[in-house]
Amino acid sequence: MQLQLSAEDAAFRDEMRTFFTTEVPTDVREAVAERRELTQDQLVRSQRTLNAAGLAVPHWPAEWGGRDWSALRRHIWHEEMQRACVPPPLAFNASMVGPVIATFGSQEQKERFLPATANLDIWWSQGFSEPDAGSDLASLRTTAVRDPSTGSGRAADFVVTGQKTWTTLGQYGDWIFCLVRTDPTVKKQAGISFLLIDMTSPGVTVRPIELIDGGHEVNEVWFEDVRVPADNLVGEENRGWDYAKFLLGNERVGVAPVGATKRVLAQAKQWAGSVSVGDGRSLLDDPLTAARVAELENELLALELTALRVVANSADGKPHPASSVLKLKGTELQQAVSELVVDLAGPASLASGAGDGSALPEWARRATPAYLNLRKASIYGGSNEIQRQIIAKTILGL
Amino acid sequence: MDFSYDDEQQALREAVRGLLSRSYADFENRRRAVAEDPGFDEKTWSRLAEMGVLGLPFAEEDGGMGAGPVEVGIVAQEVGRVLAPEPFLTSVVLAGGVVAGAGRSQQRAEVLGAVSSGDCLLALAHAEPGARWTPSATSVTATAASGGWTLSGVKEPVPHGARADLLVVSAALPERAGTGLFLVPPDAAGLSRTGYATHDGGRAARVDLDDVPATPLGAPGEDATAVLAFALDAARVAAANEAVGAMQVALQTTSGYLESRRQFGVPLKTFQALTFRAADMYVSLELATSLTAWATMVLAAGSPLEIAEAAARAGLQVARAGRHIGQEAIQLHGGIGMTAEYSIGSYTSHLTALEHLLGDAHLHLGRLAGAVADHDEVDPLQ
Repeated sequence: MQLQLSAEDAAFRDEMRTFFTTEVPTDVREAVAERRELTQDQLVRSQRTLNAAGLAVPHWPAEWGGRDWSALRRHIWHEEMQRACVPPPLAFNASMVGPVIATFGSQEQKERFLPATANLDIWWSQGFSEPDAGSDLASLRTTAVRDPSTGSGRAADFVVTGQKTWTTLGQYGDWIFCLVRTDPTVKKQAGISFLLIDMTSPGVTVRPIELIDGGHEVNEVWFEDVRVPADNLVGEENRGWDYAKFLLGNERVGVAPVGATKRVLAQAKQWAGSVSVGDGRSLLDDPLTAARVAELENELLALELTALRVVANSADGKPHPASSVLKLKGTELQQAVSELVVDLAGPASLASGAGDGSALPEWARRATPAYLNLRKASIYGGSNEIQRQIIAKTILGL
Repeated sequence: MDFSYDDEQQALREAVRGLLSRSYADFENRRRAVAEDPGFDEKTWSRLAEMGVLGLPFAEEDGGMGAGPVEVGIVAQEVGRVLAPEPFLTSVVLAGGVVAGAGRSQQRAEVLGAVSSGDCLLALAHAEPGARWTPSATSVTATAASGGWTLSGVKEPVPHGARADLLVVSAALPERAGTGLFLVPPDAAGLSRTGYATHDGGRAARVDLDDVPATPLGAPGEDATAVLAFALDAARVAAANEAVGAMQVALQTTSGYLESRRQFGVPLKTFQALTFRAADMYVSLELATSLTAWATMVLAAGSPLEIAEAAARAGLQVARAGRHIGQEAIQLHGGIGMTAEYSIGSYTSHLTALEHLLGDAHLHLGRLAGAVADHDEVDPLQ
């Protein structure tokens, strides 16, 4: 057992820290620090800065921009990025469709999509969930039927019909990767395929869904007889469920945002220090607040160390069983910290609709929308109940 | 950065596991051992001595094995897994740690050599009625007379105080000079010891001192508060390891029961209301395991201040996890979990004892909350 990073890994950490704090555009990092919604342009500029330095898709295969880093270095890269208020590369591109195409796609698909995906020249959306397929994703009903008039057998185009929902940032989407039913006659998991669909195709409609924080983050996407070329099928027909499981496995690793939660908690202490409770004392001097912060810091430390245990022991390629804890506890703590900030803001948390003319600080005005928005965290990426199911079944054997 | 054990550490774990499972794989054996004084199995204690386990943390020149906190943690986990009642934590780690920190070289060699060989069961008489988990003594006082030092007052609870072959007693020094440490043999005039069983099958004693002649441990009249504080922190880390071992088995036993026990014609694991709670127990266990491993590494490499903080952090996380896992383990078992004959309730009882031996969540959280404004964030790798 050894606590310290090796000299090489410590130097790597310094290198990441320097890059993220000096090379990524300041307006982007400021927006993250203030917990604002980022604009499309900010996300694109940030990812292109990373990609130019080879830091957007380090986990991809080396020939497509990957870096062959150890699991520990990937962890350090991810943590330092969050710590420096740099938004991680768009998950739909970097963590989801990119690895799927790199692993299961044809050479032509790789050449056509991967460089543009890494650089966010193509903005990908995710077309998985449907109104009647949430946690039970495999029951999805959007269909893709071959049109024999366009070719024979595997050369025939698909015609896609159905509805996807919860499509995050779909309003910016150029392309959407979808799970579609290609064989309705077999067991539900066995009849699903993975299709890439150009969102400018005739018959694709994107409609916004307004959320409880007042923001427009997710959408419904409708497909009405949308023609999709046969070349846009990834891997084998009816093997889409396997590719989706591969993708969701990657997704869960990224959804334990330890670094970002730590950063917000550190900011929360400063904010608490700025709230007067009379007699020259601040909220941070209040023992109940201090105890709440200390307890959260300790739980976050335990989570961070669990993440380190997972990466340190996954060198042989097998995921550590504790990795399932990361999503569950990571999102709970992310939510708990956002809840703390609302409580620190107190009455100022009501001013969510006030603009910059408000006499109240921005952190307090952003507190409630951020808190409400993060209620999603225990639902997406496999709800926390699904995570408990996985722990009970695969780890405890129940 | 590495959380894995090396080959020697793995071998130590297997050897200790083998030895302890010979004694306690059958829970009935533990029940028998704790039913009668001294509350543990002297043969198992001797075997641990022969294996070198009782001298593990002490320097080789003091008669020990010169191993570090990681090895101590490995043994403590194994002790916790079977609830071995032998006083590895209180006698070797805690009382031995005080002697290692305060004793002159000759005292260390004599006392720790005898502890390592199993010839001397050492007890730390430190806790006092009315005080909780402080590194200082108040009500037991030390007096310097022409013939040497004497001690007066009451110590309780003293772990294994009645069986102990030698007591290390803390006492308030004259003229508010802090807390001194003294060695007191069991046959000293004016010493009386009243032993009893604790709720988890352990042993403790009331120790009355009435002008008892005592030998200063280390330089006479020197304040040993810092030595005690450090030994308590090191013992907290070992106790966290022992609790992790106990929680591992408590969860494993509970999962096994959910699988084998049938009600309504189906195994209990059919009910999601139960399996989800078991999943939450696993989350608690993993987080506590991670923080304990980290604190063990800090103990091996950190400064006393860093170690105090790490001990509080592990103590808090393990106290929370111990309550959660201990309480749920009984509830998920149902009625059988309440019986003394079945093992699970003893795990809960021992986890409760471990927490209150050296400091509970309240103590640790208070310490951490008081320092919360001193740092921006907690960085485990600094």
